[in-house]
Amino acid sequence: MDFATALQIADSAIRLATPLLLACLAGLFSERAGIFDIGLEGKMLAAAFMSAAVAAVTGNVWLGLGAGILASLSLSAIHGVASITFRGNQLISGVALNFLASGMTVLIAQTWFGQGGRTPSLIGGGRFTSIELPFAEALRDVPIFGPIYYEVISGHSILVYVALLCVPLTWWVLFRTRFGLRLRAVGENPAAVDTAGVSVIGMRYTAVAICGILCGIAGAYLSTALAAGFVKEMTAGRGYIALAALIFAKWRPWYALSATLLFGLLEAVANRYQNIDMPSWLAITVLLVMAAGLVWGGRKGRLDMAVLGGLAAILAAVSVAIWMGSTISEGTTGLPVQLMQALPYILTVVILAGFVGRATPPRAGGEPYVKER
Amino acid sequence: MDRLPPWVDVVLIPIISLILAFLISGLVIIGIKEDPVEAMRTMVQGALGSSYGWGYTLYYATNFMFTGLAVSVAFRASLFNIGGEGQAMMGGLGVALACLFIPWPHWSFALVGATLSGAAFGALWAAIPAYLQAKKGSHIVITTIMFNFIAASVLNYVLVNQLRPQGSMDPASGRFPDTVALPNLGDILGLVGIPFSRSTPANITLFVALIACVAVWLLIFRSRLGYQIRAFGKSEPATVYAGISPVKITMLTMLISGGLAGMMAINNVMGEAERLVLNAVEGAGFIGIAVALMGRNHPFGVFIAALLFGFLYQGGAELGLWTSIPIELRIVVQALVILFTGALDNMVRMGVEAIYTRFRKAPPEVIKAAEAAE
Repeated sequence: MDFATALQIADSAIRLATPLLLACLAGLFSERAGIFDIGLEGKMLAAAFMSAAVAAVTGNVWLGLGAGILASLSLSAIHGVASITFRGNQLISGVALNFLASGMTVLIAQTWFGQGGRTPSLIGGGRFTSIELPFAEALRDVPIFGPIYYEVISGHSILVYVALLCVPLTWWVLFRTRFGLRLRAVGENPAAVDTAGVSVIGMRYTAVAICGILCGIAGAYLSTALAAGFVKEMTAGRGYIALAALIFAKWRPWYALSATLLFGLLEAVANRYQNIDMPSWLAITVLLVMAAGLVWGGRKGRLDMAVLGGLAAILAAVSVAIWMGSTISEGTTGLPVQLMQALPYILTVVILAGFVGRATPPRAGGEPYVKER
Repeated sequence: MDRLPPWVDVVLIPIISLILAFLISGLVIIGIKEDPVEAMRTMVQGALGSSYGWGYTLYYATNFMFTGLAVSVAFRASLFNIGGEGQAMMGGLGVALACLFIPWPHWSFALVGATLSGAAFGALWAAIPAYLQAKKGSHIVITTIMFNFIAASVLNYVLVNQLRPQGSMDPASGRFPDTVALPNLGDILGLVGIPFSRSTPANITLFVALIACVAVWLLIFRSRLGYQIRAFGKSEPATVYAGISPVKITMLTMLISGGLAGMMAINNVMGEAERLVLNAVEGAGFIGIAVALMGRNHPFGVFIAALLFGFLYQGGAELGLWTSIPIELRIVVQALVILFTGALDNMVRMGVEAIYTRFRKAPPEVIKAAEAAE
């Protein structure tokens, strides 16, 4: 792989990471305030549709962005009413909202545009165009730094820079302001916040609203910057990857940036290379080392041995299959593209399993707050 | 606050939630400039108006019974198994392997073998999230969501790279041999003299699903394990105090739940498609959530709710065929049912409670006490 290819992959990784980052920060605000949100996917989808629809009709992408944020906020409002006011199950509410967005976007798109659940392609002012950062052209010939600045850093749509700026902003709001302290406290120990005379309900609604706004921007980015128009189910599980990134990031803003960049990179690599060849001996070694690690981890009890040992047996079987097949394919093994696609989810499960670090969610997450009378 | 009588909780509140969901769906239909009455008529006609429609309704209902039971068993232990979709996908793989690579002499043997294989694959797919929940405290909702996606990737890999017949472009397995073809519902009902369409996918699995409903009822309400599962769901500290191991209950509940979801595959993979295709489950795992919520986690409720969703699915398909209402309407109705029966349950309950307390006659001893006070 040469330098130019690496730059292209990095560029595409940033583009693909942006919606994940925005949605991940959205989830961060909500979950830090103690409201689980598995409806990130639905909010992004609704926003993607609304912003593409309004941008297509008016030709103004900024109006589209506003409409997308409103669509996402309306779903946030339902989530808030269900999970804060009526103290319902937050997970079930999120599931319902995902389906609601998935069905309603197609229904409305079909009624408005009659193109089988999609919006017309966006042209001209209906899209966010890429902006060139200052001196990008002038610095282009500077070795190493020039191409990186020109290809990777410059030349994205404004929403990419907004998303990147949201990271320090989120950190500052959460960890350096009174509002942030209260928001985090609401997610850890709402009774204490209530005792201090701050409205738990109010704080949680605010957090859910911020989540809605960020998901709205993420959705608008998908349909008006990354693509040129809305198509059915265009979020394609990104809301869930953002959720995975949130756990991966242990509910911290800077970690969220690196987690989403990693997942964006995985997606970019999977898009570019359908088949990655690696030496068979390396694949076998990696698998066997993982199997040995699992057996070591499962030595404590019968159940651990059954589950982890079973997994290790599967890994060992796969490595045997690779070994048998390696003579035919001259010592190389194709890494299946499906593995690349599943990697964010697998990594998240590994993190959740506590093998690598430990992810502790906010303590009061998912629990409705009942004020003492 | 007064306790509501049980029938209000079990019957009235779900019905009110359902009516609310349907009313809003009606508003949605009006919003997209269509006629809700006409839409309802098309749905009833298409799903229940002929034995052909009934066949499809029952076929879908069979799927939803399995996934609904899967979700409800887990709910009984306060575990939210959102991974029915992935478990049913893996169940499909288990059924396909059993049908393709074992030479069954007769379909009845194949049915038993494929059921066991599908259930085993589904259960194993639920085992790792269950283990992580039980031993490491990782949230089962998140892990089962992740496992849905991983299952989709595994299935994609297996179908594209391993099971796909040579020269086929389709990411699907080869056709199962004719000996494993399950008897059609039309054939079975024909034996007892009931005329029924033979061109529908409804098959003998319907009866397996009914048996599963009864078996789950026996498990939950008539067995020691069921009692432990329900006790664990109500209060974990109390079960620990009673000497029941939370790890054991979590594992067993999720294995049963995953097994039930995996068993769905005998209906859609073995009974209908007779080969394994990429999108065999078609969201049935998620509909199981709606079915379990609607059916109040009771096997009989799940049975009724599965029929209702079967009707909704077949009727929705007919809408897509005969009217200009997109087929996605059924996803909206599904979302609204989940929203009202699951997330907004307290809203409906508070409303019912307010009305109930208002119209309730005061018990005689209260009136006597009031008179005595005067």
